[in-house]
Amino acid sequence: MELITNKVRNSLELIGNSVIEFLDGLGKFTIYFFRLIAWSFRPPYRTKLFFQQVYFIGNKSLFIVALTSTFSGMVMAYQSYLGFSVMNAHTLVGPIVAIGLAKELGPVFSALIVTGRCGAAMAAEIGTMKVTEQIDALEVMGISSIQYLGVPRLWAATISLPMLSMIFLLVGNIGSYMVGVHLLSIEEVKYFAKLRDFMEMSDIYEGLIKAGGFGFMIGLIGTYHGFQVKGGAEGVGKGTNAAVVWGMITVLIADFFLTSILVKLLE
Amino acid sequence: MEYAVECENLIKEFGHDRILKGINIKIPKGKITTILGFSGAGKSTLIKHFLGLLKPTSGKLTILGEDITKLKDIELRDFRKKFGMLFQYAALFDSMTTFENIAFPLREFTKMSEAEIKERVDSLIKDVGLVKESTYKLPSELSGGMRKRVGLARALALKPEIILYDEPTTGLDPITTKMVNDLIYDTNHSNPELTSIIISHDIQATLKISDYIAFLDKGVVIEFCPTAEFKKTTHPTIRKFLDLTAH
Ligand SMILES: Nc1ncnc2c1ncn2[C@@H]1O[C@H](COP(=O)(O)OP(=O)(O)OP(=O)(O)O)[C@@H](O)[C@H]1O
Ligand SMILES: [Mg+2]
Repeated sequence: MELITNKVRNSLELIGNSVIEFLDGLGKFTIYFFRLIAWSFRPPYRTKLFFQQVYFIGNKSLFIVALTSTFSGMVMAYQSYLGFSVMNAHTLVGPIVAIGLAKELGPVFSALIVTGRCGAAMAAEIGTMKVTEQIDALEVMGISSIQYLGVPRLWAATISLPMLSMIFLLVGNIGSYMVGVHLLSIEEVKYFAKLRDFMEMSDIYEGLIKAGGFGFMIGLIGTYHGFQVKGGAEGVGKGTNAAVVWGMITVLIADFFLTSILVKLLE
Repeated sequence: MEYAVECENLIKEFGHDRILKGINIKIPKGKITTILGFSGAGKSTLIKHFLGLLKPTSGKLTILGEDITKLKDIELRDFRKKFGMLFQYAALFDSMTTFENIAFPLREFTKMSEAEIKERVDSLIKDVGLVKESTYKLPSELSGGMRKRVGLARALALKPEIILYDEPTTGLDPITTKMVNDLIYDTNHSNPELTSIIISHDIQATLKISDYIAFLDKGVVIEFCPTAEFKKTTHPTIRKFLDLTAH
């Protein structure tokens, strides 16, 4: 009997502790969010660091985005061709792929790539600076580490992601065109005519706004996990890992909610 | 006598833990004062208060004549420019060269031209005894001792009124240790206005270079006096510390 009550008590304690830990983390994250926003609007504005980060994100992700988007466009063209040709609607391949790339694949894939490449790098860089007291060194000089390290990364990610997503869309469409027109012999004129008929600017806007939202979240989560690092190299590894895992989960969940909101707004 | 730092009944609690239990100390201007104490005594916590990185739960803290507990966040950031700090592992920015590290505070806080910055950095490099070849190296290409010198040059760049050293020699070999201690001594004596505050476990060096010594035990200053008197103390805890670390 005592054994059972002990077991129940232990598991309750375990649950209680994880709930407290979760709420504690949520509180810290919220505070960090507001500080990051507040410091974004306080001079000095560190434009040089911002552009360095934009360059860094582009440099790290551009090649992978181009590669991934080519093949995504190609495979989507192929799959939709197989589906639509049954109903003799294979000329719709162009717009189907383009809309899919603009609204979903472009923003989401770019975001996942940037999370893995840059969200991780943000956490690792800031985490390393934390454990080697470089953050303290900044603070002691009277420089806000959030403003110096967090703000440029947050806004660089927010701006870069729509650009990468745009590139994903363009290159993906080239892949789709190659497969659709040159491999599967859809008439070129019809391919483009349907594309013009069905694709709308709002499809592109929706994707770009979503990409911006994802970029913001990746920057926020990546830098947060960097600042949270404790201990030595092991702590940096944990922080990097958390940045990637939480970054990806957040992007995928946020995708659903952002889409629901934007569909209503852009109607 | 003029004082750089004055603590009156300074208390700091983290949650329910009282870490500093009423610190009373007046650190004289222009001298070297070392704060000794066992691990966990609260030394780092105390100097974080000097820098305004932590706020006391209660008590008064006056630095260079200013009650810093009354300063707002922005004012505090400004006030910190009166301080230089040398971290245990130097805490150099590892993406920047020696030159850029030392120039960093100058670029951030002064309107000096690049030519003036170059001149100032070169003279700081000379002051701390770095060789010219290290100027354009990254921290990862420097030895521990050289990194300390760069860290000191960076800390001195804005001509601080107080310089803090957190365990400047912990983890260094005996020769580098002597070099760093000489550097602290020389720096203090070539800048008569400069107040040096050291946190240390290195009792031999402390006795050699300090003008004053404070001993912190379990959140209280149990002894604070000129070095000559400190050597003769009869306080049992301090005697134990002195005997333990005598060799
Ligand atoms: N932010 C904090 N929150 C809670 N407790 C803290 C915090 N900072 C320090 N402490 C506690 O205060 C005590 C004193 O720590 P402190 O780092 O000041 O000691 P120290 O004298 O510098 O020791 P060492 O010689 O090991 O560096 C320790 O028990 C530590 O756990
Ligand atoms: Mg300490």
